[in-house]
Amino acid sequence: MFYGAAATGERVITSSSSPGVSLKQEGISYMAGARLPAVILNVMRGGPGLGSIQASQGDYFQATKGGGNGDYHLLTYAPASIQEAIDIMMFAYDKAEKYRVPCLILADGIMCQMMEPVEMPEMRDFKVDPEAKPWAVTGWKPGDAPEKRAVINSLFITTEELSEHNNVLQNTYREMEKNEKMWECYKTEDAEFIITAFGTVARIAKSAADQLRAEGIKVGVFRPITVWPFPYEALKEVAENCKAILDVEANEGQMKEDVLLAVAGTRQVEYFGHCGSQMPTTDEISKKIHEMKEGR
Amino acid sequence: MSVLFEKTPYLTEKPFHYCPGCNHGIIHRLVAECLEESGMGEKIAGVAPVGCSVFAYDYFNCDMLEAAHGRAPAVATGVKRAKPDTLVFTYQGDGDLASIGTAEIVHAAHRGEKIVTIFVNNAIYGMTGGQMAPTTLVGQRTTTSPYGRDEAWCGAPIKMSEMLAQVPGAYYIERCAVDTNANIIKTKKAIKKAFEYEKAGHGFCMIEVLSTCPTNWGLSPVEAMKWLEENMIPYYPLGVYKDKGAEGK
Ligand SMILES: Cc1ncc(C[n+]2csc(CCOP(=O)(O)OP(=O)(O)O)c2C)c(N)n1
Ligand code: SF4
Ligand SMILES: [Mg+2]
Repeated sequence: MFYGAAATGERVITSSSSPGVSLKQEGISYMAGARLPAVILNVMRGGPGLGSIQASQGDYFQATKGGGNGDYHLLTYAPASIQEAIDIMMFAYDKAEKYRVPCLILADGIMCQMMEPVEMPEMRDFKVDPEAKPWAVTGWKPGDAPEKRAVINSLFITTEELSEHNNVLQNTYREMEKNEKMWECYKTEDAEFIITAFGTVARIAKSAADQLRAEGIKVGVFRPITVWPFPYEALKEVAENCKAILDVEANEGQMKEDVLLAVAGTRQVEYFGHCGSQMPTTDEISKKIHEMKEGR
Repeated sequence: MSVLFEKTPYLTEKPFHYCPGCNHGIIHRLVAECLEESGMGEKIAGVAPVGCSVFAYDYFNCDMLEAAHGRAPAVATGVKRAKPDTLVFTYQGDGDLASIGTAEIVHAAHRGEKIVTIFVNNAIYGMTGGQMAPTTLVGQRTTTSPYGRDEAWCGAPIKMSEMLAQVPGAYYIERCAVDTNANIIKTKKAIKKAFEYEKAGHGFCMIEVLSTCPTNWGLSPVEAMKWLEENMIPYYPLGVYKDKGAEGK
């Protein structure tokens, strides 16, 4: 349904929590293949399988490394507050349409059940302009310009056609890598230790950093806002003056792989987290940093 | 000179890739003629399946979408709900509709979705080399039932028209065949009626068309047509299974 509605050029959204998003992976892969812009919301819960119904970050790999079949990526944002989620939503469709890719908002169960004051941006009207979306199903009859007939499709049966199509997709991903990376640095300039974390966990990490600074240990937080494309270069630069990195997640350390890629062996990278839907606490993070400082 | 017959412009110039004697070609033409006669002009969108007719988007000369295997009714729903004044149809095989896509078709019918489904039942997975489908007849040999379909092991073939006619949301369900000229004319009438119903805001409509697969049945085109008449029609009787538009008339 989502595929069909997106094909008409309308702005469509689908949302679910982890097992539901797994179920949608077939359609998401087809949409990536057919180059359909849309916005998908995954409010992560524990897994695998039914897992738990509490918050988790266990779908990081699914969101950033694949999910469905084939060579594709989703432009993936991991907001850390409701305000940020709203702000991202305001441009998510513009980005999805610019690159003709599905865009994923990766949130977790805590964000979804939390109440926070927000400032609502000004509402905008949106209307499909068929001229701006020549690929969309907006009506065509025999005799009309042939190139305007919509064929929404992800099948390219010859190796040549598929290569050509995948080259177009890959070029789009390279463009996004160039233009769309977003991240936040929190007190990283003078940091001896940098905590890497995304989403809700990054907020806990900030509190832990403040707590540790009060105790005299200089700690900062690096938070990727786009988890795909991951801001490797920015993290590498930020990490240059630190001693070590602590990656904190509500999963088994899935993002640590990207952190390791970013620093390419130049920094010690430790992990702390839980994978049973418990959130890491400030005290736990603080204890881990103390251990790292003492060289344990 | 007067023109007695012309190919409908709702078929592209691309030659069909179907095997000799395959009924997909006849059914394509009937659907395309009905699209033209619907008078909907540019307000038409079709959804192609996965199966031998996967390239239907290359043949039907209108906006087309290619769905994942079995998902055509869901894709059509998305199009129809975003563009309610568009005539939306799906074209699906029996492996697509009666196996992997059972949930999608049942719920499209259940929601009374204002779409038309053309269901081409050739009692086999044609494209992938002739495996047994839920619609394969008892005793029918396929590559995955080399000794013939065994009912005790595989169940009896599913009758989709009978089944969907029981769904309250279904509006019009008819089973047809294209084995004789008379039946071809009847099939076209049924498809045309379904499009008329959709135009009038009614749904869900499905026209099941019994079809041959000479290649995977291992028969010549003529033998295949005979096999369809002698084996498929008795098990899958032709006729109207539901017509809410004709009730009380
Ligand atoms: C998810 C998925 N499963 C399996 C396939 C392989 N596949 C392609 S066509 C087909 C069978 C189609 O049979 P049918 O719908 O009866 O169409 P026909 O070729 O007989 O017209 C299958 C299983 C696929 N493409 N996708
Ligand atoms: S394999 Fe069967 S269904 Fe497919 S084109 Fe050939 S005859 Fe038709
Ligand atoms: Mg078939």
